[in-house]
Amino acid sequence: MLRQLSLFMVPLLLVGIPLYGVLKKQPVYELFVEGAAEGVQMALQILPYLLAMLVAISVFRASGAFQALAGLLTPLTDALGIPAAVLPLALMRSFSGSGALAMAADILQQEGPDSFTGLLASVLQGSTDTTFYILAVYFGAVGIKKYRYALTVGLAADAASFLSSFIICLLLFSG
Amino acid sequence: MLNWVWFGLLATGMFFAAAGGNMEQTTAAAFSAASDAVLLILEICGLLCLWMGMLRIAERSGLVDVLARLISPLARRLFPSVPPQHPAFSAIVMNIAANLLGLGNAATPFGLKAMEYLQTLNPQPDTASAPMITLLAMNTSCITLLPTMVISLRLSAGSAEPTAIIGATMLASSIGFVFALLLDRAIRRREQHRGR
Repeated sequence: MLRQLSLFMVPLLLVGIPLYGVLKKQPVYELFVEGAAEGVQMALQILPYLLAMLVAISVFRASGAFQALAGLLTPLTDALGIPAAVLPLALMRSFSGSGALAMAADILQQEGPDSFTGLLASVLQGSTDTTFYILAVYFGAVGIKKYRYALTVGLAADAASFLSSFIICLLLFSG
Repeated sequence: MLNWVWFGLLATGMFFAAAGGNMEQTTAAAFSAASDAVLLILEICGLLCLWMGMLRIAERSGLVDVLARLISPLARRLFPSVPPQHPAFSAIVMNIAANLLGLGNAATPFGLKAMEYLQTLNPQPDTASAPMITLLAMNTSCITLLPTMVISLRLSAGSAEPTAIIGATMLASSIGFVFALLLDRAIRRREQHRGR
């Protein structure tokens, strides 16, 4: 049902919006081009913000600092009984979307998609979005440089999703 | 804060690179991330143009206002500082709807349009406003009804039940979403009391 809805939603919008415009006697083509030009500007505007963030994150990852951070948190997750393979994924989820996707794929291959670890990794991957990426793109688009408490809220929500993923998986899948 | 986070990522990275002896690899990663950013922007750019064009039609024909009026009772609770029936609400709703349906590449343009509207209400253009942070809280912890990417990943890893995680993902994601909104609201209220 839902998949059908997703499938029809986009074509519906792509025809429906111009149709409404035509009914309201608007120059739809001219308006479209005008708006699209704004898209180019916006993409260029985002670039420096996104680049700054992606470079810093990739340095952090490639240098081994990321593994060190994961190592630092291992005692905590061990105490809670969270599978060791999942912790780096949970951390990566906030930093890098492509990095997390690669990690999730690796866990599914190594541990099996239907194992507890595999199921937890799947839920984790699907239940939140990449906080650093979203912040860089959204704030970059309008030139916001001071994020105030946005990062705190984003990362705290990631932690909450991680813990609730674990608890939900415990309740549903280990038994 | 962001200055410190950004510098912290770079500095600890370089420290570990020096200590672990993989300086060369780390430098290479920095350069390739820079070109990756450009490729990523190119990819986003096409979709942004497409949806921004559609949104301009929706804006001028009045569709945006119709939608904003429809959902303003609900949205006003989440974004108390945005004037009722402001066009920002329609962009926000489209953004959330696209997220729910898993149309990630349409969600971003709608979200950016919403940011643009919110920026017109922002008294300090270089600083995030409260409604902007609420919108981001909703997006970073987005509710997913159908995690299509993960399902296909599980399928290719040979899962017997690739869709087994749908219910759990929905629930975990909703908890994160509600938590993000509550935390955002708590911080916003505290800052208001401090007179910001």
